Parts: sequence; C-alpha cells; structure tokens
Amino acid sequence: MLNPQLHLNPKLFDADVEQKPIRDGYGDGIVLAGDSDKNVVALCADLMESTRSEAFAKKFPERFFEIGVAEQNMATIAAGLGVSGKIPFIASYATFSPGRNYEQIRTTIAYNDSNVKIAGHHAGISVGPDGATHQATEDIAIMRVMPNMKVFVPCDSIEAKKATLAAAKIWGPVYLRFAREKSPVITTEATPFMPGKAQIFWQSKKPQVVIIACGVLVYNALLAARELEKEKIGTVVLNSPSIKPLDEKTILGLVSKYPAVVTVEEHQIHGGLGGAVAELFAKRHPVPMEFVGLKDTFGESGSPKELIEKYGMGVKDIKNAVIRTLKRTYEV
Amino acid sequence: MWGMKPIHDGRLEYLEELANKIREKVVEMLLEAGSGHSAGPLGMADIFTAFYFHILSHDPKKPMWAERDRLVLSNGHICPVLYVTLAYAGYFHLEELKTLRKLNTRLQGHPHRLALPGIETTSGPLGSGLSQAIGMALAARLDSTHSTSSGQGKYRVYCLTSDGEHQEGNHWEAVMFAGKNKMNNLTAVVDRNNIQIDGFTENVMPLESLKAKYEAFNWNVLEIDGHNMRDLVDAISEAEAIYEKPTVIIAHTIPGKGVSFMERDYKWHGKPPNKEEAKKALHELRTLGRRIKSEHE
Repeated sequence: MLNPQLHLNPKLFDADVEQKPIRDGYGDGIVLAGDSDKNVVALCADLMESTRSEAFAKKFPERFFEIGVAEQNMATIAAGLGVSGKIPFIASYATFSPGRNYEQIRTTIAYNDSNVKIAGHHAGISVGPDGATHQATEDIAIMRVMPNMKVFVPCDSIEAKKATLAAAKIWGPVYLRFAREKSPVITTEATPFMPGKAQIFWQSKKPQVVIIACGVLVYNALLAARELEKEKIGTVVLNSPSIKPLDEKTILGLVSKYPAVVTVEEHQIHGGLGGAVAELFAKRHPVPMEFVGLKDTFGESGSPKELIEKYGMGVKDIKNAVIRTLKRTYEV
Repeated sequence: MWGMKPIHDGRLEYLEELANKIREKVVEMLLEAGSGHSAGPLGMADIFTAFYFHILSHDPKKPMWAERDRLVLSNGHICPVLYVTLAYAGYFHLEELKTLRKLNTRLQGHPHRLALPGIETTSGPLGSGLSQAIGMALAARLDSTHSTSSGQGKYRVYCLTSDGEHQEGNHWEAVMFAGKNKMNNLTAVVDRNNIQIDGFTENVMPLESLKAKYEAFNWNVLEIDGHNMRDLVDAISEAEAIYEKPTVIIAHTIPGKGVSFMERDYKWHGKPPNKEEAKKALHELRTLGRRIKSEHE
C-alpha cells in the first residue's frame, strides 16, 4: 500500500489522476527561489517557454539573461555569476546542457566550485517525437561522476518545485533533471522533500523485492508494485530523487531485510541510478539486482508511451525484472 | 580602478625593472618545475606588471575584498607569470614559487581558484574566460543598481586572453553576448603574439582581421604595443570612458620576450628551459640583452 505518512496523492491510481509536466515544477520553483533571494538569477539558451523560464523572466526581467543558442556560453557566464555572489540557474535541454557544455561545467562550475544550478530539461526518452538527438539518456551518468556535483531527479512537478527550491539553498553545483511530458502528480504539497533522502512510497505487507526508482518512471514502478501485490509478490517502492548524494542508509536498511533489487530510470542502465546503487551494493551488501532502463542504445521518434514500452521501461518490464531478481535470490 | 593616473617617469623605470625581475623568476620556476609554458609568460610580463602594480584596485591582504577589480586569466597555461606577479604583489611569499606543479602545491599547473588567493577563476581549457568575466561584470551591474549594501558592484572586470584561444567557439559566443549587452564594465586584452602550440596562428587557423571581427560584434577596439605599459594604461583609461561598448585591447607582444632564442619561436610555447637554456636566459635577462654589465657578466 501507499505510505500513509507521506501524504501522497490520494487519487494516484484513479483514471483521472492529475497530470502535469515535471518541468512545470522548475518554472514554479525558480520564481519562488527568486522571491526569497534577490541573488537568484536565471539564464536560458533560446528555450524560455519549453524550459519554463518564462515566468521568472517576466517577474524579474533584470535578473534574467537570454544567452541565445549558446550553451557553452550560458554555463561559463553562469560560472562567473556564481563566484560573484549570485545563484544562477541555467536551463536548456539536457542533451545540450550538460551535453554540449560538459567541459565548461566540469572546469568552470564543478572544479571551480561556482554556485550554479544546472537544469536539464526534456531528459529521457519520453521527449518522444523529437527523436534520439533530443533524448538525453546519459546525463545522470555524466553529472554523477563529476566531483562536487549533486544530482536530483524529481518524480513529479511538485517534487520538482521542491528540488529546485532546495537547490537554490544548497551551496555549490547542482544538476536537476526534468522530463517534458505530462505525467501523474504523485506527491502533494504536504509530502516532505529532503535533499539526499529517499522515501518509501509503497510497501506491501510481505515485501520480497525493493524497487528503487527516480523521475517519471516512479509512477510505472508504483503501478507494477500494485499489480504484483495482486499476484502475491510483495515489494517496496523507494523513490530516490537524490542520485548524488545517494541515501545509502535507507537503501542498505531495506536490502538487509529484502535482499533483491530492481532499479528503474529513464536513462541508460549504465552509470545512472542503477550504477550508483550497484556500486553501493558491491561495496557494502551484494544482492541480486536487475536494471530497468535503456540498454546501451539510443532512442528514436515515437510517442512517449510507445517509446517507454519499446525500450523496456513499461509496467510489464518492471514486473518481469522483479520476478527475475526474485528467482535469482532464491537460487542464491 | 576608476580615474586612473598615467605612469610618471620614475615609476615607469621601476615597473620595467620589475617586469624584468618577473621574467627572471618565470625562467627560474619553469626550470625548477621541469614542465610548463615559457613563451607566453615572458611575453605577458609587462602587461601583468602594469595590471597588478598600476591598473587594478586590489588588496593582497584582503584577496576576497568585495570591491576589488577582477582580473580573469582565460589562457590559464601562462599562469607562471600570474603566480610570480601575485607573489611580488604580496599575495604569498616568493619562496613558494619553487613549488610550481609539484605535489601538494597551491601553484597548480593551471590556475585553480580554490587553491590560491588572488585567483579569480579556474582556467586552462581555452575559450571560457571571457564569458566568466561577463558573468562577473553582470553581477557587478546587478549589485550596483539593485543592492543597498555599500561597496558591491563597484568593480571593473578585465579578461586576459590569448590569440590562439580565439579559435574556440565559446569565446565568440562571449564576444557576441558582450557586444549585444554593451558590457562597458568589462575590458578584454588579447595577447596577440601570433604563436600557438602547433605553429603560427595565421598558419594553424588565421585570426585576421581580428580588429574587424571584434568591431563587427559591436566592440570598441584599441591596438597597442604590449610591452609599452604607458600605452596599456592609456588604453585602459580610454576603455573606461566608453559607455556604449565593451573594449578589447589587442596587445601586440613578442612571445618569449627578453630571451633572444625564445623570442617569436612557437616551439617555446609549451616547454620549459633546461638547465643550460635557463642559465643563458637568465644571463640575458640580468644584463638586459647584454646592454648592461652585471655581476653575471
């Protein structure tokens, strides 16, 4: 059942569950951050509307900078602002930022410890018809491996708003990852969000497998858990918006009781959430583990739903992964 | 520094001697380090001297002073001259120069902001300094118009760039932005020494006409002899007086300046002198190209 303590959306499993793009939370979040701190500034590379930077630009025109189609310049101008007392948020599609400007982020933001927040929009394969050029599926990995960088992947628009606000308050570089499409609103305003913490969204009476998920696919993980319960397979669904730092304590606590794990993310299975969790297990508590995500392949054009199914990240795929890891656990 | 005074005669002599001492130290530290770049640091010694001993408003005792002028070194590989100048200015002891590029040093092979006071930004990968300087200049603008706290935003930003790094796309993105946004609190200086690692810039990837290129992007362009400190100070003063555009000063310099066998030879871009070469170089520097006799003669 859903965790009653987290005040999740009571209509979560209804057909008419509220749907909102996760990126909307970024737009709401930077306006709130701008209200509470005059040093918050926003930069955008010719994608004001689709990165939801518009409301901030309207409300704080003197604190908004249109950089044009120049992601390297956006990152480095932000680096200069960030060492001069400002809290810059830079927004573009994740394939371009942190895709194209990786080295600028590495040298002038991360190594330089400039207080810049990087918003990677349209991340994941669910960008849909634009095709693989615009589907960032490596961004968690390239940001997670960077020293001094924190990585947050919110699961819905409300969590995205809270993560954006939290990023403004944390000193130092942060990467925030947002999906484009409308997706179910899982949390509510009352749901707590703490950077570095994972939360149990679902727990069956007799859990056997832990599903660790982030981003838009947390919803599919919950749907899978619900169906599995009807099939007498118990699970825990852990929402892990903080990829770095990873909530090691919560994760290790769960696997010590339920030693079978499936990670779920709209990202390559290498180097992202799954990679972070696998590194932790290898070091501290090896358990059978399955990875749901893109399997070393690029995406293509299609509708978000079609793509999620075709590339093995649908509800059925998560269920199958749970069953596989369960079998492996008993064989061990 | 607002309302800059020209350099008077006695002061000029002192600064020129200091620039020469800085060159000597650059040679000594490169020999000690066993790796690093020679030509650029020697070529830029006069410009660094003029900045830290005449142009910049700064305080080595308070390196994070909010009102300090910012000097961004974009082409970080010429950092030996930055380190020596900072040491002479009083940021740290000259003795520490010997630690360049060694384990646990604050004098990293390319400058790192968190390692050493006086470094405004981490640099090395080329073409990213001008945009960071723009970010600092934007912050100054915001602070001067919107802040009530005193002292904030009252600084100018200078960016030193190499000619070779004008081959980077990131640099031209910055040029475009600064021109459009009339960044008049920002002045760039190009070390136009015509060399880069693989050869002469005009052979590797031509940059001319550099002046026309900047003008096309709405910059005010001044050209100077990069070894004439008075020229530089005049140009900086002129740049301050121009409100409609950012200014770029194209400083024509001689790479390896002061050491005859290094001058204008691109092979000295990225290597240090060996013991014998250093001895020869120091002898030339200490005798001002054998024009004067010294105890080394």
